Amino acid sequence: MTRYFTDEHEWIDVDGDVATVGITDYAQSQLGDIVFVELPAVGTSVEKGKDAAVVESVKAASDVYAPITGEVTEVNPALEEDPALVNSAPEGDGWFFKMTIGDSGQLEGLMDAAAYKDFVASL
Amino acid sequence: MTDHDNDETLEDLPLDALPLDAWHRARGARMVPFAGYEMPIQYEGIVAEHNWTRESAGLFDVSHMGQLLLSGPGLDAAVEAVLPIDLSTLKLGQQRYSLLLDDDGGVLDDLMVSRWPDALYLVVNGATKWDDMGTLREALPDDITLNYLDDRALLALQGPKAAEALARHATGEYPLSALTFMRFGRFRIAGHDVTIARAGYTGEDGFEILLPADAAAEIADLLCAEPEVQPIGLGARDSLRLEAGLPLYGHDMSPEVSPIEAGLIFGINKRRRTEGGFPGADRIIREINEGTARKWVGLKLEGRLPAREGAEVFSGADPVGTVTSGGFSPTLGAPIAMAYVAAAHAAPGTALDVEVRGKRLAATVTPTPFVPHRYYRGS
Repeated sequence: MTRYFTDEHEWIDVDGDVATVGITDYAQSQLGDIVFVELPAVGTSVEKGKDAAVVESVKAASDVYAPITGEVTEVNPALEEDPALVNSAPEGDGWFFKMTIGDSGQLEGLMDAAAYKDFVASL
Repeated sequence: MTDHDNDETLEDLPLDALPLDAWHRARGARMVPFAGYEMPIQYEGIVAEHNWTRESAGLFDVSHMGQLLLSGPGLDAAVEAVLPIDLSTLKLGQQRYSLLLDDDGGVLDDLMVSRWPDALYLVVNGATKWDDMGTLREALPDDITLNYLDDRALLALQGPKAAEALARHATGEYPLSALTFMRFGRFRIAGHDVTIARAGYTGEDGFEILLPADAAAEIADLLCAEPEVQPIGLGARDSLRLEAGLPLYGHDMSPEVSPIEAGLIFGINKRRRTEGGFPGADRIIREINEGTARKWVGLKLEGRLPAREGAEVFSGADPVGTVTSGGFSPTLGAPIAMAYVAAAHAAPGTALDVEVRGKRLAATVTPTPFVPHRYYRGS
């Protein structure tokens, strides 16, 4: 399984022809306490770089973008009851949704863990 | 990931540093532009800081606010011509909420007025202080002196344990416990002369400490060394005041609304409601007698999704108002909001809907404060 990162602080795990999407630890630390996550409906077509979900912190609402184009196949049911999972386990149990991979070529433009680490250090 | 944040970031102006700028950074604060300054939005996290203030005591740096001192001959009459306050009932050592209004009765700012010996001390909002000084200077006679106390800092210590923590350091002619809500006095902390008012913006018992800017870091350190006290950022300040039902200038009130629409009639002192003689008096007295077409209300929302400023309020299919402040209440574990709605829909218990990103959320008009005030009014 390979994990990629976007410069908008989403991560995407690729496992065969399914990808899992969430936001990074850096993203959750910037947002602060998350009180609500609005997830796309299963079956929604999402487009690379376009709105896919919304996270509401105490302070503000923030958009989460789709790292690649594809169709949502599953959303994380745990986030409805416990949105704070995004704070406590952003890159694990706090995942947002699973999706198909519309164009695997889009993954090549994303960062790997080392590149993302450098990117965050540069902010 | 992109914030939809809409705070009053004056991004085209250079940002000034407040006296405690380095102090906040050393304590791990995340600094954001606010009211023309870099200010701490949070240290540990908004919810933790919010809860700490409700349970213990939080130290807030509110040095961005404008501290003004008015003095001169005929001071009371001159100020009563500008503010809808009754100064005949404001005694030495007392503080009172008032409003700066334009000629149409729109709200230019809300402020605190304190009776000092031979002077009135005003605390106005940070984002409006320069405009306020212009308005006051223009409206007041030339022989009234307006001093901007920019060599002072302002700290707020708020929460149920604020009194015991502060009492260990504040000494004066009488004990700190002699102050009740909206009273102030002169004290000394660590050898510095300070003025302490029992007031605040969280709904909790607490104090506002006016002190020399060059003593701010020393006194902030002293207070944060107390086990009850932690520094609290602007994020929690906003969620605390929202729960306390306290309106925020520029959001819940503005020149577009009158204080009667905004539910701020307590800012128009009783004598002035009949006598008038202040800017916008005609409209305000008329609205007191006849009511207003829209009213400021509190809303409790079902579910967990907060409604933010600008969200539209509906009764069935009809748009009836707009949210002016909203967020998630850590104390209630639910979203709450403030809104202006048509008067016919303003009664507590009225069922309304709020639209957020195309979804209608069920809401109920709720009396404020959402979380009861715990001011100290004497034992």
